[in-house]
Amino acid sequence: MALSGIQIFKLTPRTNCKECGFPTCMAFSMKVAAGAITIDKCPHISDEATQQLAEATAPPMKTIVIGKDAAERKIGGETVLFRHEKTLVSKTLFAVQFSDTMTDEVIESKMANIIKVDYDRIQEQMSVESIVVKYDGNKDKYLVLIEKLKSLGKIFILACTDVNIAKEAIALVKDTKPILVGANKDNIDDMIALAKENNVVLGLNGDTVEDIYALVETAEKAGHKELILNPGTTEMAKTFENTIEIRRTAIVGGDRTFGYPSIVFANELSNGNQFVETALASTYILKYGSIVVLDDINYPKALALFGLRQNIFTDPQKPMRVEPKVYEFNKPKEDSPVLITVDFALTYFVVSGEIERSKAPAWLLIPDAGGLSVLTSWAAGKFGGTVIKNMIKECGIEEKLTKKRLVLPGKVAVLKGDLEEELPGWEIIVGPEEAMQLPKFLNELV
Amino acid sequence: MAYKKVAKKYSGKIKEVTIGTGDKAITLGGRNVLPLHAFDGEVGQSPKVGLEIVDEVPSDWIDAFANLYGDVQKDAATWAKYVEETYAPDFICLRFEGADPNGSNRSVEECVETAKKVSESVSLPLVIAGSKNVEKDSEIFKAIAEALEGKNILLLSAQEENYKTVGAAGALAYKQKVAAESSVDINLAKQLNILMTQLGVQKEDVVMHVGCAAAGYGYEYVSSTMDRITLAALGQNDETLQMPIITPISFETWSVKESIATEEDEPNWGSIEERGIHMEVSTAAASIASGSDAVIVRHPKSLEAIKYYLNSIIG
Ligand code: B12
Ligand code: SF4
Repeated sequence: MALSGIQIFKLTPRTNCKECGFPTCMAFSMKVAAGAITIDKCPHISDEATQQLAEATAPPMKTIVIGKDAAERKIGGETVLFRHEKTLVSKTLFAVQFSDTMTDEVIESKMANIIKVDYDRIQEQMSVESIVVKYDGNKDKYLVLIEKLKSLGKIFILACTDVNIAKEAIALVKDTKPILVGANKDNIDDMIALAKENNVVLGLNGDTVEDIYALVETAEKAGHKELILNPGTTEMAKTFENTIEIRRTAIVGGDRTFGYPSIVFANELSNGNQFVETALASTYILKYGSIVVLDDINYPKALALFGLRQNIFTDPQKPMRVEPKVYEFNKPKEDSPVLITVDFALTYFVVSGEIERSKAPAWLLIPDAGGLSVLTSWAAGKFGGTVIKNMIKECGIEEKLTKKRLVLPGKVAVLKGDLEEELPGWEIIVGPEEAMQLPKFLNELV
Repeated sequence: MAYKKVAKKYSGKIKEVTIGTGDKAITLGGRNVLPLHAFDGEVGQSPKVGLEIVDEVPSDWIDAFANLYGDVQKDAATWAKYVEETYAPDFICLRFEGADPNGSNRSVEECVETAKKVSESVSLPLVIAGSKNVEKDSEIFKAIAEALEGKNILLLSAQEENYKTVGAAGALAYKQKVAAESSVDINLAKQLNILMTQLGVQKEDVVMHVGCAAAGYGYEYVSSTMDRITLAALGQNDETLQMPIITPISFETWSVKESIATEEDEPNWGSIEERGIHMEVSTAAASIASGSDAVIVRHPKSLEAIKYYLNSIIG
């Protein structure tokens, strides 16, 4: 909750000394309230007041840093319930679960999958960020497993409610800023002590929001505020309800007791059906899962989930555009084909990725199409015959060519006739509808 | 301090629209809470899931479907019956791809014939989709609406360019239901609903198709559009946006690279069939969580997963 000018005024010395550059403390306070200036511009402000203001203006939800070095990530820090209200801040992270009851074969296979599913999609590296290591009763194996999983270099999430075992497990990974999902009603005090001592994020398990709330209060009272909330692992409906209630209480209710990120065990909720798991994981990408735990990772799952996540966590306030200009691929020459597309970043990255994959030399023209996708910009009148013709005439590409061939996106095949009239001397070719068909198309064209 | 629930009560409510007749008829909408928020109030009808079939053997579906359906695909009525008996979806979406003037260009009469046969062979509610050619679709929708009078079908869909024909024939003359299709924009959705109402179509006869995209392909606009529509419908009690939403997920997700790149082309990516199912399940669940009251999928495993998910999450 932001403070009003009057509330801030009460924190100033009220001497109107003008050193801040404002005639009165009140005038200064109004500016601070409006966010135009920061409170430290008053040299006389007390530390206590600064602290109070920082707390009062802090976002309703804490940002928690987990993992070390290359694995480090932020979760939480959200300020809205819906992305269109402003933007969602910290993308959902994914985890794959291991446990001491799994056979070596299963463990090896999951490890291999985590390493394998690691790829670039539109300038974002896609891979599972974390691993859950669940304690299921075999201590020796559990500890060996943790050692073994270190080689993955992922964020450790230890799921263990036995304090003594947790103590030994934490000792193995405490320098990596892990999460210990271990506290419940029965062990909360010991778990807090352990988490504090080792400076790790503590995960709180509860079946009802009331239980979880009480656990948070206990932890905060004990001075541990690095927390993550587990809204349940047994019932899909209840878990969803808890997740929503927690986030809503923090964002709408302004109650910071619930201002912590969440961890949702989609794997345990989905009854062993991988498609149900995907449905759940997708729901929690939209609805407040800070970390979503999966049974395993593979490309079929990842392509969908990471694609959805990438979309949902784009900032609606920042249009994703690329610079309109002539792009060159694979050293194009005077007889290489000229492709044309739009300046929407998503389109550009999809198309450029495919041209690269084709290894065929090509020019790619990008006019100013309002930063919209092919059909959207065409429907909006920003990607038509005239726009394309002007781009070609103005960018100087014609001087570099001996063979003038223009390849249109298949979705705007209707522009062919127009362009044949507008651009005498050019051969207008309708390309495929989907960029993925470009490699085949380009290699057959040459 | 004790935990205090932040209650969310909305003044608006999504209207109920019924499709089909008899025992198998389905009703969409009816909730006065955000999607899946059963704990907040009246969650209304659980979202419905339909399976897509086509009026001719689809040329661009991955081989997995030919393996699944075999010869059944050669006749839409046989196919529909098979789907009803084997997979029991909430409804069947019959898509008239064969009507496309740039494709098989099947005549209006042929399309009507197919629609009639399909309708006779199943008792599930029917959603009739077109070929994406606005003029041709107006013609077939009009003729099919007439031929299937009394069956309470849903025409998918009426757009800005053809809403007069589709609305007048579909809803006014033959008392069918009509989906109003707009392009991922709350204002466009609202405007088309208003135009339909001005034409005389009852609000109870309209559902909305507010646009769709595959996960990873501009899907954020789809999700946010639905969020905004839901908030306006419930929070501001905006009656022009209280129609339930239907989203043809499969029309989008089965043409993107993730779902169609061959296993030779992308050796790392694994089973093409599984990729397609994950894409459609992910997009469908996201759409339901954003406000779709009905989704259309292509793979029976997607249907099964989404049904299980819905039954469990709404509780
Ligand atoms: C997201 C979206 C929007 C967003 C815009 C996001 C953006 N930055 O573009 C918003 C909500 C703003 C929007 C607005 C509008 N939209 Co819009 N929108 C979409 C949506 C849902 C997805 C578009 C997308 O991101 N696609 C992903 C990108 C990667 O696809 P792409 O650019 O086409 O690229 C692919 C191919 O074309 C190919 N390709 C690209 N370049 C090249 C080049 C070559 C050489 C080749 C061979 C291939 C190739 O590769 C890519 C992958 O295969 C589509 C529906 C859909 N599912 O497609 C409607 C859609 C494109 N929109 C549509 C319309 C009508 C509009 C509006 C005009 C509506 C209106 N009347 O106001 C407005 C216009 C905006 C304006 N006035 O400024 C219609 C277009 C109808 C038509 N067939 O003409 C669509 C199809 C929806 C529909 N079914 O009605 N839209
Ligand atoms: S510098 Fe501080 S004390 Fe002086 S007028 Fe400004 S706000 Fe008041």
